[in-house]
Amino acid sequence: MAAVVVLDSTLRLATPLILAALAGLFSERSGIIDIGLEGKMLGAAFAAGCVAAVTGSAWVGLTAAMAASVLLALLHGYACITHRGNQVVSGLAINILVSGLTAFLAVAWFAQGGRTPQLPDAARFLSMDWPGAGVLEAVPFVGVVYGELLSGHNVIVYLTWLAVPAVALVLYRTRFGLRLRAVGENPFAVDTAGVSVAGVRYRALVCAGVLCGLAGAYLALAQSAGFLRDMTAGKGYIALAALIFGNWRPVPAVLACLLFGCLDAVSIRLQGASLPGLGEVPVQLVQALPYVLTVVLLAGFVGRGVPPKAIGVPYAKEG
Amino acid sequence: MDKWFGQVHANRRVDLSVSSGTVHGIVGENGAGKTTLMNILYGFYRADRGQILIGGKPVGFRHSGDAIAAGIGMIHQHFMLVETFTVVENVMLGAEGSPLLGPAGRWARRKLAELEGEFGLQVPMDVPVGELPVGQQQRVEILKALYRGADILILDEPTSVLSPREVEGLFRILRTLAGRGKTVILITHKLAEIMAATDRVAVMRRGAVVARRRTADTTVSEIAELMVGRQIRPASRGVPVEPGRSLLDVDRVTVRDSAGVARVHDVSFSVRAGEIMGIAGVAGNGQSELLEALAGLRPVATGRILVDGEPAVSGSRDRRRRGVAHVPEDRRRSGLVMPFRACESAILGYHHDPRYGRGLRLDWPAVAGDTRARMEAFDVRPANPQRRTAELSGGNQQKLMLAREVERATKVLLVGQPTRGVDLGGVDFIHDRIRSLRDAGKAILLVSANLDEILDLSDRVMVMAGGRIMGEVPAGRAAEPDLGLLMGGVRGSDVPDRAP
Amino acid sequence: MSVTAPDPVSGLPRWSVLGLLPGLNLLAAFAACGLIVLLAGEDPWQAVQVLVGGAFGSGEAVGYTLFYATSFIFTGLAVAVAFQCGLFNIGGEGQALIGGLGVALVCLHLDVLPFLLLLPVAIAAAALFGAAWAFVPAVLQARRGSHIVITTIMFNFIATSIMVYLLVNVMSPAGSMQPETRAFAEHARLPYVHEVAGALGWEIPSSPLNVSLVLALLCCAGAWLFVWHTRAGYRTRVVGASPAAAVFGGISPGTQVLVAMTLSGALAGCMSLNELMGVQHRLVLEFTGGFGFVGIAVALMGRGHPAGIVPAAVLFGALYQGGAELAFEIPAITRDMVVIMQGLVILFAGALEYMFVPALRPFLVRRAVD
Repeated sequence: MAAVVVLDSTLRLATPLILAALAGLFSERSGIIDIGLEGKMLGAAFAAGCVAAVTGSAWVGLTAAMAASVLLALLHGYACITHRGNQVVSGLAINILVSGLTAFLAVAWFAQGGRTPQLPDAARFLSMDWPGAGVLEAVPFVGVVYGELLSGHNVIVYLTWLAVPAVALVLYRTRFGLRLRAVGENPFAVDTAGVSVAGVRYRALVCAGVLCGLAGAYLALAQSAGFLRDMTAGKGYIALAALIFGNWRPVPAVLACLLFGCLDAVSIRLQGASLPGLGEVPVQLVQALPYVLTVVLLAGFVGRGVPPKAIGVPYAKEG
Repeated sequence: MDKWFGQVHANRRVDLSVSSGTVHGIVGENGAGKTTLMNILYGFYRADRGQILIGGKPVGFRHSGDAIAAGIGMIHQHFMLVETFTVVENVMLGAEGSPLLGPAGRWARRKLAELEGEFGLQVPMDVPVGELPVGQQQRVEILKALYRGADILILDEPTSVLSPREVEGLFRILRTLAGRGKTVILITHKLAEIMAATDRVAVMRRGAVVARRRTADTTVSEIAELMVGRQIRPASRGVPVEPGRSLLDVDRVTVRDSAGVARVHDVSFSVRAGEIMGIAGVAGNGQSELLEALAGLRPVATGRILVDGEPAVSGSRDRRRRGVAHVPEDRRRSGLVMPFRACESAILGYHHDPRYGRGLRLDWPAVAGDTRARMEAFDVRPANPQRRTAELSGGNQQKLMLAREVERATKVLLVGQPTRGVDLGGVDFIHDRIRSLRDAGKAILLVSANLDEILDLSDRVMVMAGGRIMGEVPAGRAAEPDLGLLMGGVRGSDVPDRAP
Repeated sequence: MSVTAPDPVSGLPRWSVLGLLPGLNLLAAFAACGLIVLLAGEDPWQAVQVLVGGAFGSGEAVGYTLFYATSFIFTGLAVAVAFQCGLFNIGGEGQALIGGLGVALVCLHLDVLPFLLLLPVAIAAAALFGAAWAFVPAVLQARRGSHIVITTIMFNFIATSIMVYLLVNVMSPAGSMQPETRAFAEHARLPYVHEVAGALGWEIPSSPLNVSLVLALLCCAGAWLFVWHTRAGYRTRVVGASPAAAVFGGISPGTQVLVAMTLSGALAGCMSLNELMGVQHRLVLEFTGGFGFVGIAVALMGRGHPAGIVPAAVLFGALYQGGAELAFEIPAITRDMVVIMQGLVILFAGALEYMFVPALRPFLVRRAVD
């Protein structure tokens, strides 16, 4: 039973990570470093919180979240693609800017100490119970798996489950995906083939923006009932770590997100609990594990990732 | 047609017409503007003035997509391939035809098979191109262009990375293409290729077309004269100095790259005081790796390097201590620091020299004074040590590097591509300096992709192919056809073979 | 790492690159910030007046401004020194945290020492701990090729976790629920500038400004000497400008990465002296307050040179201090505005550094007529 509860909350906690990691996948496979996942998610969460509070509609809130996140992605593109700016600096600027801007506007507009108003249920994405969950409850195993794991999530969680194969298909089975992977490896090959490098990269960033928008909306409209100051709390960076951990490939990255989500779920359950033989496990240790694991992987002690070849290099014809 | 790069007039009033079904050569020295011209034809750069006509109709290319649509295909000097992609993926990139790769791939495969059959260009379809040999990669590039329906194929220095056998294969392909009505434009600076493969030729010099000829009506020496704009002077070797004792001994040296592949196999030779040893070969046959290993920049896998009889260890600092100076092949990448002031570039590698300050401190006035003196001695213009290195012209950058190294070559000077991208006046100056260093009794090892330069300067010429020394030719005999065979990896029977 | 990108400012006069462009970029950041104030429904001009008054209007205000500037000089220098070696050290925050741990350990456990002995030990501890936290990512970069941007970000989070654990479980006094240590002894605190001035018979208003400002300025001079006037600094800059040229010149890029990151971490670590020994007088959670990231903005604005970093740090000090005043006067404008400004400066002075070049070029360069 405890295992199912942990698995269940793993799914919930991993959802924004998966969405953000898939967003990062689009951006980084096209050759643009995306430190700004955190900022895009936070901006989206804020837009979702504001708009849902004003309109009372979760779906309008979700649209606003995507729009905000795509705008930030375009800003990143304007700096990195159009002006060939440093991609790390640009991403960092977006993170810091959004962190200040959302808190600032939340106070200025709603005067509730940096949060948006508490949303009524109608303006949120609530869990949906699948038919028959109640009936099956009595059946051992099947009842728990069906009722807790499959049923009882909100629509964004299900969208995320759909997004994973969809992203993999786009990346590996479509013309857009082929061109996207090509600009990340050798932009000159794409340019000489008569395809605009900037165009492909901008489109990749827009995809990243849409996915980050979903992630942000999940935080503000599903996990919480509104926007809270700095509510992403480093999830964007964990998603980035998962992307690297997954060697810039969709399925391994998603597995890494599930692993990191699971660590998070375990650390919540461990709070104050004592394990037999180990005594009290410091929660901070479990919380720091995703970062430690990523560093260990980056150090090449357990295999080595191969980043897209052209990542981080602004594309310029002369040079 | 005109093209400016900043303040450089790369193409001036270029007029060129090419008729279909022929192989048309464009020949010129490095920096004559050939590549710029072709990049304009391909829509990669835009001309500042002038127009392009295809079949009599003016066309305007805003980007390479327009050029492709107009039937132009370009095979770049550095291949434009995605190494992790398969041949099919590379060929269809940008011309997929369908938003989904499934149908697009099937269609591409079928068309590719037809093209392979029609032009005799066999390539495995499902291998990542990074795993193919360069000759095959080039075929992929040609297939890419044909796949896009190119009627005009432009090849930019296509042979620079090929072995002679691969070159022959390429020329066969080019003739087949022309025979089937395609127009081929071959850009090169190698005269033999012009004679062997083209129907007509245009000669470029300093951004302008200076002559047009039918290949059958001209000779190598006429084109060579047109290209450099002067009579080729016979190699002036000066008075050969009797070589002294051996200063650089290479003893069965093998060098591996970072992936562990041997780039230099079991190489042995020596260079004596007062001689210039030239290493000839097609680019990419281990000369660069050998030079870097000799300079201490690459570890030696097996074998020994001796400087004046003493074994040298890895690291460029060791070589400098032993009086070995090194003018590297690529000044922009490693020989100079482009964003630095000239005086900061002029102490690279010798920044520990006590004349530049005591203890931890660097004494900039002393550095600047020393640099100004060197710049004047080597005719670097302007002789301003505070000027940014990148703002000096290629020739002046090269002279700045020589100014730094030559004096330090108390025993050995290693030189790679000493005149690449240097204007003609600078070439003579640099060659004279290298000769006078030889006359001063130093041992000089010269690596150059420019065979004329090797023949012009060297007292002995060694040929490398596939990482091995194919043979050695004394300077007087170096122009013989044997050299071509050796560079192609074929040991001539009458060539003294150094292998035991 | 790869081909040298074309230099976007080549051919432009030096004054425009060093003066005009940064000025325009800063102006753009201010303009964007003004727009955001408008979005909040307030008057930007009034906000500027309150801000400037709050930052420089009184002796006390100036003291606060310089107090913040002190921290920013440390973190700004830290970013700048690493940048000279081509490294982007985003880990200033974590290095300052761990540096603070060092300071606290010394001040709590070695306070048997008199002030004059304790001070150098505390400075050494701040530098050493900060340097050690930067050293691990540096080794991973130099020896294993792990991307230092990512590892330093990860190390920020790891440092936070360690500090939370230590302050909650280990270092807080028994029975206390506060995640902080006991207060440092009286003589384990840095003298305030107003105290020192008072002792010299010069009365100035009291503020948290303390003698660590002197150390910060010394560090500026030291960094300037190191980077531009020593052989080691030259080696560092060669690696930053061209790793291949460094190898050619017999300079080991790996070693220089270690040197630059160690110095960078030490500078970031010293920031904790100002906060902990200067003002808090105990180790508290999150005392770094994002100042490590402000350092990035300061370094970018100061163009990596101490002569630019000091004014940039004062500017941000003024924003912090004036921002506090602003939040008090106009409740709709919170101190988050400073964070916004920080992000905008990083955006305009960093990522969009050359945004105005294409527009300006025709005015600055006359094309040579052939």
